[in-house]
Amino acid sequence: MLNVSRETILNCLLALTLLVVPFIALSLDEPFYVTLATRVAIYALAGVGLNLALGLGGLISFGHAAFFGIGGYAVGILASHALNYEPHFSSPFELEGTTQMLILWLVAMIVSGLAALIIGLFSLRTSGVYFIMITLAFAQMIYYFAISWPAYGGEDGLSIYVRNGFPGVNTLIPINFFLITFGVLMSALFLVATLRNSRFGAALQAARQNEDRLSAVGIKPFNIRLATFVISAMITGLAGALFADLNRFVSPNMLSWHTSGEIMVFVILGGVGRLFGPVAGAALFILFEFIFGGLTEHWMFFLGLVLLAVVLFARGGLIGSLAGKVRYD
Amino acid sequence: MTDNNLAIAPVLELRNVFKSFGALKATDDVSLTLLPGEIHALIGPNGAGKSTLIRQISGEYSPDHGSIHFLEKDLKGSGVAARAQMGLGRTFQVSSLALEFSALRNVMLAVQATEGTSFRFFKPVMKDQDLIDAAMVFLQEVDMQSRANIPAAELSHGERRKLEMAIALALKPKAFLLDEPMAGMGPEGSKALTVFLDKLRHQAPILLVEHDMDAVFALADRISVLVYGRIVATGTVDEIRTNPAVREAYLGEEV
Repeated sequence: MLNVSRETILNCLLALTLLVVPFIALSLDEPFYVTLATRVAIYALAGVGLNLALGLGGLISFGHAAFFGIGGYAVGILASHALNYEPHFSSPFELEGTTQMLILWLVAMIVSGLAALIIGLFSLRTSGVYFIMITLAFAQMIYYFAISWPAYGGEDGLSIYVRNGFPGVNTLIPINFFLITFGVLMSALFLVATLRNSRFGAALQAARQNEDRLSAVGIKPFNIRLATFVISAMITGLAGALFADLNRFVSPNMLSWHTSGEIMVFVILGGVGRLFGPVAGAALFILFEFIFGGLTEHWMFFLGLVLLAVVLFARGGLIGSLAGKVRYD
Repeated sequence: MTDNNLAIAPVLELRNVFKSFGALKATDDVSLTLLPGEIHALIGPNGAGKSTLIRQISGEYSPDHGSIHFLEKDLKGSGVAARAQMGLGRTFQVSSLALEFSALRNVMLAVQATEGTSFRFFKPVMKDQDLIDAAMVFLQEVDMQSRANIPAAELSHGERRKLEMAIALALKPKAFLLDEPMAGMGPEGSKALTVFLDKLRHQAPILLVEHDMDAVFALADRISVLVYGRIVATGTVDEIRTNPAVREAYLGEEV
């Protein structure tokens, strides 16, 4: 028999479904579903970032909206300068905006990573409830800063008039943009799977299981966690960058604690620490919003019930229920 | 005799260490040395402050006064991980393992720690034959190779103690800090471990905290007796056996 675990098969099915749905939608002349699938991919990407810190590292960050929003604002700000032909500053050298996605992604990831480095340096000295509260506090600080900063829209947010460009692809066609986000999501999943299996991943997961053991063999948990927190933030920041381009709009909402909560919900619904957990979680979230959101405006109530059921009865989330417990080799 | 002692630099040296928790003097003016090649046993009744002392050496607590030197370097300001890196190999009184990981992966973690390669992001550890082989050697030393792929959570108490020992070995320490390694091992296990530790002293000296007096008397080159945070006597096995202060304070009717 081939040595393929049930989880691997499930993951492939999930990826395939997410890839195929938009094409079926197109063939049925329902382009709306393409956008819906793109949202799933972007939310999943944000969740993949958090899952690295939360699932593998046990770092319960309640402030990942900060990185999602910073990634979004990086795109919004750079693009708005480019579209208005205003350089960011002109001395000592001129720095123009840009509408090239590849550059925007790079900037979004660097800025989110730097923010995570600073936030991590403070917050990772604490653990448990204090860590949750400090990450939340930092995110809220950035949220209020965005609201009160009139240069880039303040409370009203910032529009991106034309979706940014990707070499050789017309990003204005929804299916093209979907394929870009899908490609980014798969790359991020590949990266996280690689990290998980590496020496770094071993140290990270040991830090979650027993931090005293890790210290006693001579590895400082703080350093491992800080590196993880930064990588995690960069992935979520990239998701924010894509989200800005999907909506052609960024607003302080992206930075609010609701967003942090939603990203966490993706991870928990799908399965904490499971590679494809955030994909399953984000898909479930969007389906819920779509199906029950059409029936009642209180759809969140029903989502809450499902979340409660997952936390009480199915700790492994959707992936855990279908593929069984994690077993390290 | 005195000249001889001066010539050998101690691997580990505590000088006038004090530690209080509120009004409780947990460590009261403790000075002791660990010499190359020796097993120095630390005994004392429950609550005498043995674990507190071990934690100050390992870096979990810092002393209020006094200094701890390891390989002639002052340990002040070095954390647990830094001290482990320097070569202090400690085992825990209660097994402390990465429970979801297999026995093998627990040892592999120690091997990668000594190599300083925990910031390698790409190569999968389970396809890293060098790392696996290196870890397997230490599992064999404690006769655990057949249990290599069992998660630590599913190992028996005795097996976990052995795994702790394998991890300590994998650190290739310059001194072992063993906190009650015999605890809960049963008579058979204790005997086997006694034979094992007897050989281990040639690899690196051992500071041994232990309640099992048979093991202590069989193994120790020197014994220090800790009572209410103070060392009341230090000497060879015979000196300690016959020391009236020790008999009164600790050994009582047992000896």
